[in-house]
Amino acid sequence: MTSASTAHSVVDATARTKWISGVIVVIYALVTITPLLWIFLTSFKTSADAVAYPPKVFSQPSLEGYCNLFNISSRQTPEFMASLPPPQGYCARVARERGMVIAGPSKTPGRLLNSLVIGFGSTFLAVFLGTLAAYALSRFRVPVKDDLLFFILSTRFMPPIAVAIPIYLMFRQLGLLDSYIGMILLYTAVNVSLAVWLLKGFIDEIPREYEEAALVDGYTRLQAFVKTVLPQATTGIAATAVFCLIFSWNEYAFAVLLTSGNAQTMPPFIPFIIGEGGQDWPAVAAATTLFVVPILIFTVLLRRQLLRGITFGAVRK
Amino acid sequence: MSATIDIEHPAAASATPGPLLKRRRHGMSDRAIAWLFITPTIALLLAINVFPLIWTIQASFTNYRANMGWLKVRNVGTGNYSDILSDPDLWAGMQTTAHFVFWSILFEVVLGFGLALLVNRKFRGHSLWTTIILLPMMLSPAVVGNFWTFLFQPQVGLFNYVVSFFTGIPPSSFQMIGDVGLAPWTIVLVDTWMWTPYVMLICLAGLRSIPDSIYEAAEVDRASTWRTFWSVTLPMVVPFLMLAILFRAIENFKMFDMVNLLTNGGPGSLTETVSITLKRAAFEKWQTGWSSALAIILFVAVFGAANIYVKVLNQVKRR
Repeated sequence: MTSASTAHSVVDATARTKWISGVIVVIYALVTITPLLWIFLTSFKTSADAVAYPPKVFSQPSLEGYCNLFNISSRQTPEFMASLPPPQGYCARVARERGMVIAGPSKTPGRLLNSLVIGFGSTFLAVFLGTLAAYALSRFRVPVKDDLLFFILSTRFMPPIAVAIPIYLMFRQLGLLDSYIGMILLYTAVNVSLAVWLLKGFIDEIPREYEEAALVDGYTRLQAFVKTVLPQATTGIAATAVFCLIFSWNEYAFAVLLTSGNAQTMPPFIPFIIGEGGQDWPAVAAATTLFVVPILIFTVLLRRQLLRGITFGAVRK
Repeated sequence: MSATIDIEHPAAASATPGPLLKRRRHGMSDRAIAWLFITPTIALLLAINVFPLIWTIQASFTNYRANMGWLKVRNVGTGNYSDILSDPDLWAGMQTTAHFVFWSILFEVVLGFGLALLVNRKFRGHSLWTTIILLPMMLSPAVVGNFWTFLFQPQVGLFNYVVSFFTGIPPSSFQMIGDVGLAPWTIVLVDTWMWTPYVMLICLAGLRSIPDSIYEAAEVDRASTWRTFWSVTLPMVVPFLMLAILFRAIENFKMFDMVNLLTNGGPGSLTETVSITLKRAAFEKWQTGWSSALAIILFVAVFGAANIYVKVLNQVKRR
């Protein structure tokens, strides 16, 4: 295996094994990050450069992709183009060079807004419900607690398509198809299981002595919860919220089956960003970049809590 | 990620309420608060998960079609189930899924465990590079599937170009997505790219949970590096590895989003995982009764696996 050359201590690797390990890990990291960097670079290419052969690493930077993402352009006859006044602004100029004029804004801002509203709405609800349930499950004797915890977690394992069949019919009956309320409720239900497990882990770590002291001082249980537990659980609540937000932001299966326009989020929308003749790759890459950058930032901020997040709070750092 | 990853001490987890907390004269009773706090969550899960599940069980015994509500719904007994279990196409889909689950997990475990061993050497800058390696697993599987179709473009895609650069095979001579031989491996490749960091992170936690004293003891006993690896490192990491494998197995068994956007089950139905079959039956052919039965079968399988997962989870938690 990899530890072959350490004849003496395994606990402290020698300088040489450290160096070799480092080189291999760095190579893997560079390979693994290349697809993302490529998408990022593609978002700043012109349509022609994006599909050039051989692939161009560096090209004349262009914001054409971002322009096309936010605007709809239409092709016009040269005579009509000649009759127009000079273009106003960068995107209009780029469109004009391609023989097009900007016809109006695209659907992108609406879809981004949907992603934000549904993401934050479901995150807020899931964290709110999750904090209460986690506190109760952490501090009180609840009958069948283990079964309850398993039930809560098991809902997260359900195959989304299997759940979507009855949900589709239920939402159709209730008029919740393609609505904010429907999607927020659904994502809240998926997220609340993670929220309860994660937050229970965080609250378990807060010593009970603080609450007991507060109770002795004459606070009610509710006051003790609000004044001593909540402030100490802030980090945990924030980390949980970010995990919930990332799930809602990334979710595709429910979104593609249960929304079509009004409440459609970014993931089912991005593959359908098309230009003349198929997917408009610079625009798709621009959308992907805008969509992915917040997640990358959150991942870096969350890196110390990631392990908890992916193991439902069972494995701590 | 850096410094210390260790497992909680058993004492911290299982404290019970002190006697002091039971008798109080004012405010709501603890019992009332417990129920007040838990009920909304349970109610939501009942409404969004359990009620639909019961409806699905009911529908699975009928020939209901959701797009033709006017048709008379007939009870077909266990007809849908026997149909499904004797359907050769579905078994082919199961095989596709099994191929995908097996190979993706194998590669993820080998790469993830290997990387974890290397990162655990704590070379300079390991924290930064680990964070970079972790990025893919946080992305949206749908968006990942979509942008890999760009990298896999036969002539102009970066992947084909890189392969041709190193092997000399012309980049337009092979299609990762459209080719019958390659497509099943394409979904394995992208899944491995995305989820190797997941296995790595959990293995790393396992490695860091091993106390140095055990290694020191092995050293005193003059155990060889191999021997130490097989009888100390591996057994201690196995529960963590199980956790990662079970979770990835469940997730990949029900894989929909990434594969749907990468290959859409194609070419033909060669990469059609069970979830894609289910989606086609339920939302394209509108065989609601039949797909409800398939949903129940999937659910039972996943539920069984989830049960084992939680057992391992609790075992790891006690460490």
